[in-house]
Amino acid sequence: MIAAPPRRRVYVDAVMLEARAAELAKRSIKTSAKLAGIDIAIRCTDLTTLEGKDSVGRVRSLCAKAISPRPGWSGIPSVAAVCIYPNLVAVAKEALAGSSVRVASVATSFPSGQVDLDVKLADTAQAIAAGADEIDMVIDRGAFLAGREDLVFDEIAAIKKLCGTVHLKVILETGELGSYEATRRASDLALEAGADFIKSSTGKVGTNATFPTALVMCEAIRDFYHRTRERRGLKLAGGIRTTKQALTYLVIVKETLGDAWLTPDLFRLGASSLLDDLLMQLEKERTGHYAGADYIPKD
Amino acid sequence: MATAFTYAPAPERVRPHLRDRYGLFIDGRWTAPKSERYMETINPADETRIADVAYGNAEDVDRAVRAARKGFERWSKLSPADRAKFIYRIARAITERSRELAVLESLDGGKPIRESRDFDVPTSAAHFFYYAGWADKLEWVMRAGRTAEPIGVCGQIVPWNFPLLMAAWKLAPALACGNTVVLKPAETTPLTALALAQIIQEADLPPGVVNVVTGEGATGAALVDHDDVDKIAFTGSTEVGKIIQRSIAGKGKRCTLELGGKAANVVFADAPLDQAVEGIVQGIYFNQGHVCCAGSRLLVEESVHDDVVARLTNRIRTLRLGDPLDKNTDIGAINSRVQLEKIRELVQSGIEQGATLVQAECELPARGFYFPASFFTNVHPSHRIAREEIFGPVLSVMTFRTPDEAIEKANNTPYGLSAGVWTAEGSKNMWIAQHLRAGVVWCNTFNQFDPSSPFGGYRESGFGREGGVHGLHEYLKMN
Repeated sequence: MIAAPPRRRVYVDAVMLEARAAELAKRSIKTSAKLAGIDIAIRCTDLTTLEGKDSVGRVRSLCAKAISPRPGWSGIPSVAAVCIYPNLVAVAKEALAGSSVRVASVATSFPSGQVDLDVKLADTAQAIAAGADEIDMVIDRGAFLAGREDLVFDEIAAIKKLCGTVHLKVILETGELGSYEATRRASDLALEAGADFIKSSTGKVGTNATFPTALVMCEAIRDFYHRTRERRGLKLAGGIRTTKQALTYLVIVKETLGDAWLTPDLFRLGASSLLDDLLMQLEKERTGHYAGADYIPKD
Repeated sequence: MATAFTYAPAPERVRPHLRDRYGLFIDGRWTAPKSERYMETINPADETRIADVAYGNAEDVDRAVRAARKGFERWSKLSPADRAKFIYRIARAITERSRELAVLESLDGGKPIRESRDFDVPTSAAHFFYYAGWADKLEWVMRAGRTAEPIGVCGQIVPWNFPLLMAAWKLAPALACGNTVVLKPAETTPLTALALAQIIQEADLPPGVVNVVTGEGATGAALVDHDDVDKIAFTGSTEVGKIIQRSIAGKGKRCTLELGGKAANVVFADAPLDQAVEGIVQGIYFNQGHVCCAGSRLLVEESVHDDVVARLTNRIRTLRLGDPLDKNTDIGAINSRVQLEKIRELVQSGIEQGATLVQAECELPARGFYFPASFFTNVHPSHRIAREEIFGPVLSVMTFRTPDEAIEKANNTPYGLSAGVWTAEGSKNMWIAQHLRAGVVWCNTFNQFDPSSPFGGYRESGFGREGGVHGLHEYLKMN
């Protein structure tokens, strides 16, 4: 028996939401705070490759980097997970064997989600069968915008049921939802339907994660926690390339949800090139100098 | 396990150029006070002395007014486009020296550098830029067929809560209209006005156009009482505003007063609650609540009272109180010991009259004047904390049940400077805004300022408008 979607409407106003996000983006994160933030950001990274040209070789080298982002340096943690397409899950699973790095697979006809539920279920089942520890599904934005919230809710619930203990991240694709209020509504819907994480974006549309979007999603997770005492996670993805952006997201999570959320169990940054900048900034903090980009291994 | 993500100290390291002793700025020059007296200005964050500042007596005020009268002959006859050039120069210099001015403002007044850097200084520059643009377009302020001329010598008295910004609000329109000025900064925060005098000197304004006379209440009184002052513009307490109005009665002086407030922030059940909480925080904790338009009375619809209070309680825990010069400080120092004691006394009265105090738990620095972010629930309209202006980081929360009751309670104050309304329903927003007796009503936001937007009060919050075209009317004679 699937519960009904939440009926309570939460209003969100752009002006003060954006003002608050801008204020948080001005926190000055220096010295020890920057080092701690970079460390957390690396631990919380879902190192991602989601391209049509992804290959076995590409995924293997990504996995090597995920386990050991900077060989030869001490105290650099592994990232949280690699995030890939379902057909490459088995390759990643093998490459990551024995490490703490998890395999996250996009599913449900990523990135559009424009197929029937049985195809989405099959896509997900295949990824799980191949060894995925985490599933990043997409919601049906078309249905959501057409007012078919029940359909969106039921699909999330069905995928969640299939996932069982496999962690489910629900991608809202906020860039297509059109307003912060819709993002809040979709967040509430996904949390009620059983999402372990809500995730902002696929990275495949014009607008990806933004600071106000992150804030409004944090507010949904915080209110859900106050209502149920259950901690659900947040994943931000798309266009996150710099340490400065990553640290601002940490600030938003810290000041809205609290320090308890700053772990890979509850917070992820989905990114491909962010890790390189984190390493470069880390070296700068450690040595006082910036290394050239060529001193950071390309995956 | 990952390290804790704790913000490291992030102090602003720029140190402003300070003199050990400041004279009076009269007739384009720095001069020693005839009083031969100096006052200390201290840093409220640690109670250390910053500099000595001249105490201007009646004789000093007279010198300044005479210089302003002489300056008026030249300034008022200067071509408007040339006046604009001088004002633009001031605006640009403020922008160029913004970092230094921000530090100076925080050092002298205790406000967080985040606010002086992002609000006070840029908004000050914006006012000079805005009114510089008006200087040669004044005929458009008038109705057809009428002409305008400057009033003459303006005595301007500014408060300690936004020292540079209030000086900018007063000087920029006065100068654009061709008036000359004697500016009297507040005794606890004279330094940015003196820095502004330096900027004005470097901008090569003709001597006597702007004169800055520091001092105490008596200095301001001498300025108000001076026979050759044509207009008084005052921002400060209602109490002093009443004294000023009495003392200029029947003398034909023009006057604008921007006084106290006890603004209602009205939150309906259908409001965007998280954003309303941001607005509440912005409304009462901005500048430690030293804001005449602070949203110091929260009127919240009874059905969401507990929800809003819970959100607000959580939110004030994240406010960072401490060194005003740390870039991550949200709540800085209370401006002076006198003000701190006034806040404590009113908070004590709230406790004694039976309201419930909720306070952010945080360690207060050992030295300096600090008060934690606070609010009261169970406040009744008869409580002193519901009626008197606290001018500190202390909010009084009350409830209402219907829109009519919200309006009745919101208007139930002798003041009328500002108000806020929070509801997702546009028509209700407009309806409430029309019925609130306040000079400014913010809908689903709070504390928004722009040079082009007029600001001023109803009833005991004063009269006259500053900002926008309205602000020009206060500095022109219409023929």
